This record gives sequence, C-alpha cells and structure tokens, in this order.
Amino acid sequence: MTSNQYVIDEPDKMTFRVNRRTLVDEAVLEAERRRIFDTCWIYVGHDSELAAPGDFRTRTICGRPLIFCRGADGAVKALLNSCRHRAALVCRESAGNAKRHVCFYHGWVYDADGNLTIVPGKESYPPNFDQSKFGLTSVPRLESYRDFWFVNFDKNAMPLVDYLAGAKEYIDLVVDQSPSGKMHLIQGTQEYDIAANWKLLVENSFDDYHLLSTHATWLKYIKDAGVEFQAPEAGHLLPSHGVGIDLGNGHAVIDNVNFRGRPVARWIPIYGEESKPEIAVIRDELVERLGADRAARVADTNRNLVIFPNLVINDGSSVTIRAFHPLAVDRMRVTAWALGPTEESETARARRLDSFLTFYGPGGFATPDDVEALECVQAGLKTWREIEWSELSRGINKTGEQLNTDELHLRAFWRQWARHMGNDVAAAAAQ
Amino acid sequence: MTVSRGEVEDFLYREAALLDEWRLDEWLDLLTEDAVYRIPPNDQPQGEIGNTLFTIADDIARIKARIVRLKSRNAHAEFPHSRTRRMISNVRILEQDDHTVTLAANFVIYRFRRNEDIRQYVGTYHFKLAKAASDLKIAERIVRLDALELASLGSVSFIL
Repeated sequence: MTSNQYVIDEPDKMTFRVNRRTLVDEAVLEAERRRIFDTCWIYVGHDSELAAPGDFRTRTICGRPLIFCRGADGAVKALLNSCRHRAALVCRESAGNAKRHVCFYHGWVYDADGNLTIVPGKESYPPNFDQSKFGLTSVPRLESYRDFWFVNFDKNAMPLVDYLAGAKEYIDLVVDQSPSGKMHLIQGTQEYDIAANWKLLVENSFDDYHLLSTHATWLKYIKDAGVEFQAPEAGHLLPSHGVGIDLGNGHAVIDNVNFRGRPVARWIPIYGEESKPEIAVIRDELVERLGADRAARVADTNRNLVIFPNLVINDGSSVTIRAFHPLAVDRMRVTAWALGPTEESETARARRLDSFLTFYGPGGFATPDDVEALECVQAGLKTWREIEWSELSRGINKTGEQLNTDELHLRAFWRQWARHMGNDVAAAAAQ
Repeated sequence: MTVSRGEVEDFLYREAALLDEWRLDEWLDLLTEDAVYRIPPNDQPQGEIGNTLFTIADDIARIKARIVRLKSRNAHAEFPHSRTRRMISNVRILEQDDHTVTLAANFVIYRFRRNEDIRQYVGTYHFKLAKAASDLKIAERIVRLDALELASLGSVSFIL
C-alpha cells in the first residue's frame, strides 16, 4: 500500500483513487519535474540512430536541450547543448554528422566528443582559465539496455539494469524479433502535442478497457478487411485473453494473446495473400533460433510496455517507441518512432510500416481518437474542485491474475508516482 | 488533349469544396481505382513509403476505409466534424502527357473546432491526375506539410 494525499491505495477496502488535482495543478507538475523526471531513467534515443562517429540528434529531454551523439571514438554520449561560455545552443540542427560544434555567438568550438578546442582570443583569459575544463557538459548518467539509451540527471541513481526490473524481459521479447539481436530505428518521426496531462498518455497507452468504445471504427476496419476474431470468453471484453502485469519500479505491461496480426509473424488479410510465404519464412527463422515456445511468445502475443515514467514500447501491429514530456500541466509533446529488425527485407519493412499506420500515429485509424479522448478528459478535469477523485479500482477484487482490461497495471504506475512524490507534494514543488 | 492551368484549378477548387463540405462520397468519386493518398513525416518530407514512417500512406482500400471511418459517429476525433477552409494557390502544371497531368500547388487549411484554437495546416500538394474520358481523376495525392513537426497541429484526423 502506497498512499499519499493524492493517491488513495487501500487494497483491504478494495479502493484505489487518484486525486484529479494531480492532472491540473502546476505545482504538482513542478514537483514531478524534480522528483520524477530528474531522478528516473529517461529514454533519450536508440543506438541505431547514431550509425557513424560524429552522428548527432538534438533532443529536448526533461526540459533540457541535449546532443545525443556518437563521439570520434565511437562511444555514445549525451551532452548538454549549451555553450560553457554564455549558455547559447551550440548545435541547432535536428540531426546530422559533425566533426565539431561551433557556438556562433562568440565562436567557441567543440569537437565531436565535446572537448573545447578553440577559444578565439584566448590570450585575454586569465592564467587560471583551464580550457580543458570547459568541454560540453555530459548528462550525469547515460546507460543503455539492448540499444535503448537512457539518461539520468541524478548521479546517484541506481544502475539502469536494476531500474528496468521486470521490463527487461519484455524488451528482450521485442529485440528477439531480430536474428542478429539488433533492431533498427526507421526514419520518419511522428512528433505531435496532446492538450492533456502527460500521465493520461501513460494510462491510455496500456489501457485495453477503452479499446471497444474509443476504437470502434478501427475494430470495424480490421473486421471489414477480413480479420476474424472470436466472441469474448466469459468475463472478458476482448476477443483474446490478456493480462496486466506489474513489473516493478513503476513499470508495467499488458501481455495479450494476439488477435490483430503481427508483422512478426502472424498473418492477417490486411497484409495481402502475397505476403504469406515471407511471413512463414520469418516464422521458421524464429522457431529455428528460439525454439517453438519462445517463437510463439514473440509472434503470437503482443504487449504494450510502460517504462516509468514516460516511455512506451508497443509491440503489436508494429513496434512503436513513444516518449513524451510535459510542456505544461495540460500539454505534452509526444515523439513516436517505428522500430524493426535490422536485417528485415524491403517487403517486410514496407509491411511493418503499413501495419503501423493502420492503428498508430497522428494519421492512423486509432491514435487520433486516443488524442481526442485525452483532451476530453483534460477538459472534464476543469471540474476538479467539485469532483475530486478518479476511480482506478477495476480488478482490485480479484485474487489471481488481472486482465488487460482491468487496472492493475495503471495502479502500478500510480503507486510508483506516489512513492516518488512523497506525502507533501506542495513542499516538493517548492524545492 | 491538353489540360490548361485553369482547368486544373477548377478541379482543385471543386475537390476543396467537397472536402470542406464533408461530401466524402463525392470526393471518393474524384479518385481512380488505384489512387494513393500520402502524407510523409514532417522531418522526412521527401521520404519513400517503403523505408520511412509516414503520417498517412493510404492505398485506395485504406482511403475507402478512412471515409467509412470519418462518416461514423465513432470517429471521435472528427465528431462533431471540424470546420475546414482550404485556400489553394500557386498552381503549377509540372508535366503532362496524353494520360497524366502532374501538378503542384500551395495550400493553407484552417481547421476550427469548438473551444479549440484555430489550426493552420500549411504545405504543398503534389498530384498526379489521370485524364479520364470526360474528366480528370486523382491517381496520386501527396501532401507535404511545412511545419517542422506536427506539434500544436496535433492529429491529422480529417482529409488534408
């Protein structure tokens, strides 16, 4: 049980509620920035985005401009994009390859590793000015797991591998799609705002309870396209069985038997008759490499994984990486990418991308309705002074497993949120 | 037969009116049976569909499904429907032969919804029109947005 003034967690009373103030109060957001975003491991990018030494991507992570790059020595780095002289951005392009980064304001020059190499008019600095101490500042911690790179602004944070806890197993399942164990981030970025609190997208990203009503047009689309699915079993809302699992440290997953197709490697009519032989070959490779059981686990189940606090990996009709950061208490910036096996054929890659768009993204058949739902929630939250609590108790009365349409996994997120925020959220905001 | 810029403009204005008036079935009639409708991602406006994650990459089957969806009350992002107003200008015929006209045009689409800030989608159209017996039909419709990221444009839930 982990209650604070904003999260009522009383399993004995079968009660779990979240105070709506957590979704509307700027002071709560400020506390989150300090107590969550500045202490947790935050996704910054994928190893394959930096193919060669000197490659860089500029990103805004936890409100800070960063240069995510590969140094001349081949090592991945995350540098604060701010000149050590007077703070100006030293890199203003979104991506590229650079041997050096030049601050155009006064002309200080840094190499690809961030070392300060040129200071115009250096002779006017006093003798105690040590140029070697003025390289671009690295983010306090940068670690990776299976090519997913994370930063941490808390130098005393636990190692990433410990932090990820049970989420590692699910990242492994995603990466197992690749014969070489190397996934590739596909070009093309979907970057869009939602006028809603960032935590609402955490909930939405693995809340299967909303599927039938929010995504009725998507279900009709796949049905019309010839995808057959069974009537739900007793006690279920959806055509296949799926469960919510708490993975520790605030991470959680919905782990579902697939009914909606998998580019790896479960055919549906939307992929076209002509794709059947290639999907069979992909399947055979999985079985040969992983054994029948593990291959079935990879291909015949799908999962929506939340890595606390703001990373979602949806391994379903494609593989989506989705990271989001609050811009204000009622607005977030979402960045979404597609990931595929490095050695995937051109036809398999095209099919994966096409499958992605059936559901996901700002032009997909489902995501726009999620965006609308979250914005409707945010609009409704204006009543937070009159209606204080949101209800998150689905499944709390069950003794065994809980379904993907229950809310165990949402509660896992909120419990970790409460642990980080502590009892006096207002005091945290004032820090 | 050679098509003039004036004829192409008339066609584009008629298309814009059908979309602004949500006469989506009539809009579908302007398309060939193998038409495609694509919006490349903002950061890769020249990307190809086989190796780039697009915002929209519809073949004709998906276009038809999109219209079925948009006409439903359950297309929540567009219920009630947005009001849109399209301004099309700088129309240029890039190429034409006996069968096809390739054209480019600039657009601004204003989108209004209740209690929402106005959204302005700005970009270029790149169309391939098939010369049918008595009219033109859209065979390829590529929409490139100038915004460097969608950001406050949010979703692309109506036909751009």
